[in-house]
Amino acid sequence: MLSGSDLTALAVTLKLALLSTLILLLLGTPLAWWMARTRWRFKFLLEAVIALPLVLPPTVLGFYLLVALGPHGPVGGLMEWLGARSLAFTFTGLVIGSVFYSMPFVVQPLQDAFSAVGRRPLEVAATLRASPLDRFFTVAIPLARPGFFTAAVLGFAHTVGEFGVVLMIGGNIPGETQVLSIAIYDHVEGLEYVQAHWLSGGLLLMSFLMLIAVYALNRRFSVVRP
Amino acid sequence: MSVPARGVTALFGPSGCGKTTLLRAIAGLERYRGGFLKVGDMNWQEGDCFVPPHRRPLGYVFQEASLFEHLSVRRNLEYGIKRLPRAGRKVSLQQAIELLGIEHLLERKPAHLSGGERQRVAIARALAVSPRLLLMDEPLAALDLNRKQEILPYIESLHKDLDIPVIYVSHSPDEVAHLADHLVLLEAGRVRASGAISNMLTRLDLPLAHGSDAEALVEATVAGHDEAYHLTYLDSAGGRFTVMRKALPVGSAVRLRVAARDVSLTLEPQSGTSILNIFPATIDELIPEGEAQVTVRLMVGGMPLLARVTRKSASLLNLKAGKPVYAQAKSVALLS
Repeated sequence: MLSGSDLTALAVTLKLALLSTLILLLLGTPLAWWMARTRWRFKFLLEAVIALPLVLPPTVLGFYLLVALGPHGPVGGLMEWLGARSLAFTFTGLVIGSVFYSMPFVVQPLQDAFSAVGRRPLEVAATLRASPLDRFFTVAIPLARPGFFTAAVLGFAHTVGEFGVVLMIGGNIPGETQVLSIAIYDHVEGLEYVQAHWLSGGLLLMSFLMLIAVYALNRRFSVVRP
Repeated sequence: MSVPARGVTALFGPSGCGKTTLLRAIAGLERYRGGFLKVGDMNWQEGDCFVPPHRRPLGYVFQEASLFEHLSVRRNLEYGIKRLPRAGRKVSLQQAIELLGIEHLLERKPAHLSGGERQRVAIARALAVSPRLLLMDEPLAALDLNRKQEILPYIESLHKDLDIPVIYVSHSPDEVAHLADHLVLLEAGRVRASGAISNMLTRLDLPLAHGSDAEALVEATVAGHDEAYHLTYLDSAGGRFTVMRKALPVGSAVRLRVAARDVSLTLEPQSGTSILNIFPATIDELIPEGEAQVTVRLMVGGMPLLARVTRKSASLLNLKAGKPVYAQAKSVALLS
């Protein structure tokens, strides 16, 4: 069965995934809304940047984040100058990495959902006395609800499954940065196949159930495009 | 362009002439630099001043009903009312519901409504915000003929029952004949002409008088009924029309359409004819219509009529402007 350290890794993983998903929804919603409606001609550049984690080896992303967040990087250096510790090998660093890594899985479904809502319902709301912010909360968000569900599930599941980025910037500190995927790796390294089976099987089942929920509840779900 | 702030004004013209764009600009959904827009005593756009759409006291009915799919019919109707100050609520929700006959639909979701029902809900929703001006963008265009017949009476009644000026975009001459009091003719993004509907339809310098369906509209009131012959008498500015009996109370206002091809001309009053509707008239203007025909604009009292006759007849009768003639209308259709 699961050992104490496995349960700790599970707790860290869930905390990381929940926190990252929450931050991604808060950041991704205005970003996706803007991208769905802007006529800015260089929008494609931003889309390409957001989609990068889909094709980039996670270790590459992790490496650059490590450089940036480490004591000699711009962000880490600033933190140390402010008297805090650098973000490399901390839970906070892990959250930052996850937000970048899972960004396309949240922003793309939201952007698609906002595009599908179209301008018309918002124009109708405008002629019914709703201010721009009012229209956004009472029309755009409710009509894009399937997209929010997809974005949340995919962002969560993708964060649970990350390995390369975590290994590079989080390391393997039990209780702080050791997540399930790393724990599985450790078990296999230590030839503890029974524990590896429990954790792997559990993750497989959880991922499968989440995707079933997405597809069943949201038939218009479109596979995330690279 | 300037239009009266009462009755129904139709923006009429072929597809792509800018009708919808003009309507959207009035609503503030499109913004044009240097535009100027004043409605009654309210300045909606002038110089740098631009009132955003949600601050303009208007109602807008789109071509597709565009109901909020996530809300029930009732909550669709309440969406705008909730955002009105109490003092601004002149049309009650109940009034809008009754006018459009949608009591039985209130708890349904838009997905479970027919096309005609959806459009009725959309009209009620626009009315429920007590607009000072109602804008309608071809509200019937997306519907089939039966649905159109279903909704047309509601739109007619709304301009009789509520004193709200309506601007109505249409490319259907039939809808315009039913609804409009005032007509703005658009062509390639510009206003070609505008004026009272009866005048606009019979102006020979405009394309409206030249189609094969060219017609004149006559406002009349029910004067009485002939029970023996089952007829109804209608009084208009040009005289008394006789039509087949309609169950309408004496004194009610009706609109008649008289097609140009159904009007023939004689120099002497005809006796021994089966035609009942004969009026003394004066030729106002006439112009050739193709190779064989002539379109004649007549004044009957103060009321304009059109007649379509052959060029040969026009020549034989020596028809010219100012000449007194007798116009006989073979058939007259009652519109409302």
